[in-house]
Amino acid sequence: MVEAALKALDDSGLSRVNSIYVGNMAGEFLQEQAHLGAIIAEDLGMVGTPAYRVEAANASGAAAIHAGALEIASGRADAVLVIGGEKLSDGLIEEVSSALLMGERQEYEGFMGADFYSINALLYKLYMRRYGVEDDLIAVFPMLSHKHAKGVAHAQYPFEVSLEKILSSPYISEPLRRFEVSGVGDGAAAIVLIGEELKSKIKTPKTELYISSATDFMTPFEREDPLRFQSLGVAVNKVLDEAKVDRGDVDLIEVHDATSIMAAISLESSGFAEPGESGRLAMRGEFDLGGRLPYNTFGGLKARGNPFGATGVYQVVELHLQLTGRAGKNQVDSPKVGMAQSLGGVGATAIVTLLKAV
Amino acid sequence: MRVSRHWRNKLFRYRLVGWRCVSCGAFHYSKPLVCKRCGSREFREVELPKTGKILAYTMVKIAPKDFKDKAPYLVGLVELDDGTKILGQLTDFTKEELKEGARVEAVLRKIREDGENGIIEYGFKFRPEIRRPPQARA
Amino acid sequence: MVKLNGVAIQGYGGYVPRYRIKAEEIGRLWGRERQELPIEEKAIAGLDEDSVTMAVEAARIAIRRAGIDPKRIGAIHVGSESKPYAVKPTGTIVAEAIGAGQNILAADLEFACKAGTEAIQLITGLVESGRIEYGLAIGTDTAQGRPGDALEYTAASGAAALLIGRMTDEAVASIEAWNSYVTDTPDFWRREGENYPSHAARFTGQPAYFKHILGSINELLNGDGYSIKDIDHFIFHQPNVKFPLAVAKALRLEREKVSAGLISGFLGNPYSATSLLGLVKVLDEARPGDLILLASFGSGAGSDAYILRVLDGIVEKRDRAPKLKDFIERKIYIDYASYARFRGKLRLR
Repeated sequence: MVEAALKALDDSGLSRVNSIYVGNMAGEFLQEQAHLGAIIAEDLGMVGTPAYRVEAANASGAAAIHAGALEIASGRADAVLVIGGEKLSDGLIEEVSSALLMGERQEYEGFMGADFYSINALLYKLYMRRYGVEDDLIAVFPMLSHKHAKGVAHAQYPFEVSLEKILSSPYISEPLRRFEVSGVGDGAAAIVLIGEELKSKIKTPKTELYISSATDFMTPFEREDPLRFQSLGVAVNKVLDEAKVDRGDVDLIEVHDATSIMAAISLESSGFAEPGESGRLAMRGEFDLGGRLPYNTFGGLKARGNPFGATGVYQVVELHLQLTGRAGKNQVDSPKVGMAQSLGGVGATAIVTLLKAV
Repeated sequence: MRVSRHWRNKLFRYRLVGWRCVSCGAFHYSKPLVCKRCGSREFREVELPKTGKILAYTMVKIAPKDFKDKAPYLVGLVELDDGTKILGQLTDFTKEELKEGARVEAVLRKIREDGENGIIEYGFKFRPEIRRPPQARA
Repeated sequence: MVKLNGVAIQGYGGYVPRYRIKAEEIGRLWGRERQELPIEEKAIAGLDEDSVTMAVEAARIAIRRAGIDPKRIGAIHVGSESKPYAVKPTGTIVAEAIGAGQNILAADLEFACKAGTEAIQLITGLVESGRIEYGLAIGTDTAQGRPGDALEYTAASGAAALLIGRMTDEAVASIEAWNSYVTDTPDFWRREGENYPSHAARFTGQPAYFKHILGSINELLNGDGYSIKDIDHFIFHQPNVKFPLAVAKALRLEREKVSAGLISGFLGNPYSATSLLGLVKVLDEARPGDLILLASFGSGAGSDAYILRVLDGIVEKRDRAPKLKDFIERKIYIDYASYARFRGKLRLR
């Protein structure tokens, strides 16, 4: 996290900030370490700077951005450092699964052994049944993520994976397969948020940030429609409204593909595809880098990686690179508006960030 | 140690007893102060029906820590006979019996142990309903 | 012999798990021929079952048959030699799981295979003296046999429960008399901390099983007791198929009087539940007016014998819940590997 933070600070030209926000989900469990804010401040040589950790399950990084953005928007801070970080590989696979389960109700899903993956598996089945689709129209999303991660320096799995390989990988929780869910990874990403005051003084390329959030019932099966992330729909509408842009103006999108089925439901819940149709659009190339709506342009959660608390910040960094023309071989053609969707649990929290090129 | 956590949830885990919002009927597995659906503050204790049907199920192959030695096991989304949707493990199913729509009934089973020396956490699971002959009502 | 007045079974229930392992499959490991095997197959608790879960199952069925509010139960006695906790009562877990109240007596009993039947005596005492309205007597076990030992073929899982109360028109059967016969006879035992029991092979026959069963029965059949010809069903504890038939032969009983209560051939010997499950099976089929003699046996050693008279109430109550055959018929065969896993014989740590 210190490494990523130093890079962000260098890029911004700032050596001091008013506040630090840290996004992290599983540190207390896997590293038995709380109090990350003060620790990072010390490790950055910024003792004295207010700092604390923000948590919203897998959306912790985006939640940290949200907290930082609010402080800027309130006028109380001119510059805020937001870092997301996670070290999942310190845990065995069953410990990482337990960590993920903490994003659900411990005394309900946790007690049943109905972990994050099995809840997704149930949604997967309900989805296939309602829309009459086969698993290839859901597994297309991890395939697409991998396609875009090819050769990406900061990706965990910078290579392509065929649909056949995905559909023949072993089940985690049937019908959800191993290659349909993000792996166990480590990583950190950081951004510097500034207010109007500093805008003219900072020379590096900037983008305008809008962010919105909403929650939903913890258990998808208690929602009015388990196959709709209401939280995401609301947050997307709010952020579009604030940024004064339409859905059609969004040039690229970072989707929370922690699992293949969450990717499909996310696109449909946020109005970028009709219910049941997202897979077909993906197959047609709509979400390719050169398509109508480029998706997960550096590999998303599946291929770039999903170190829980870092993910939400990675997404925004990647949008920022795209909108400032610094995306290298993954560059999308002249994007003006990018959206990042970060989900906590199975959509109980949705935090949506929108960046506009300036 | 999960002693107190398990103890304070045993009504629900042993007998599917919970709380329903008097206004909108939303079910809560532990006593709420505010209804999660409509915000109302009035509740009544209910014992959920013990029978229902499977809406969807999945077989967990890679399990979280506490369930590692129980895998593979089945998790089901069950619709009880009063419409309440509930998650629970499925048990005692043969391959032929395991299908969407299958009738189930709740039974008490071991869910997990709190380590080698800790307590045994019992709770409900669903098994195929055993048909009993229609009875003559007294 | 103790004669009782106005005490009856108001509800009864029996449960055996779905899983079965054939004696042949066990014999395969240890190189035993078919003719050496004491039974056909036995019932085994699943990975998520134990003597507590089975006790709850049997109790729920008994209460359903009785049709009473569980809050009226004043005592719960659970007999078992395979309690999941060496210290922590099964009775209190059963009490909460069935929705009983808190001002009740809950105590666990141990006397090898007769702990279930002796619970009956304690409950009848409390009912007859008017101290409680209803009581539950339960026998439950996930019996363990040492791998390779003779007992491994028969040690099985099961539970049975009797809901006992005062005599009413709805009663299933009256408990008319009982006798208990005990001596200090070390035929079969398990030391503290041992996983598997030990036994003295042939010694478990004449000086143990036969002596005590015949001893307790004789009290009921002599003097101003009952005569064999009046009794319609005999149920004996069944560690295998041979022993109960040998008792029947010794008493010169016609085959039909014993056959209904025989279960070990296809269920095995679930220790504290065995003779009670034989009773459950008989009650599922018996006619009002039938006289039943039930004699259990517990190593260490002792036998409880009962005279029960089936009443009219059984006709209606019998159909209120699944019968034992509903559980017997629902079989899933497992191999030795799964059996070892289910029964905790695999060292996971």
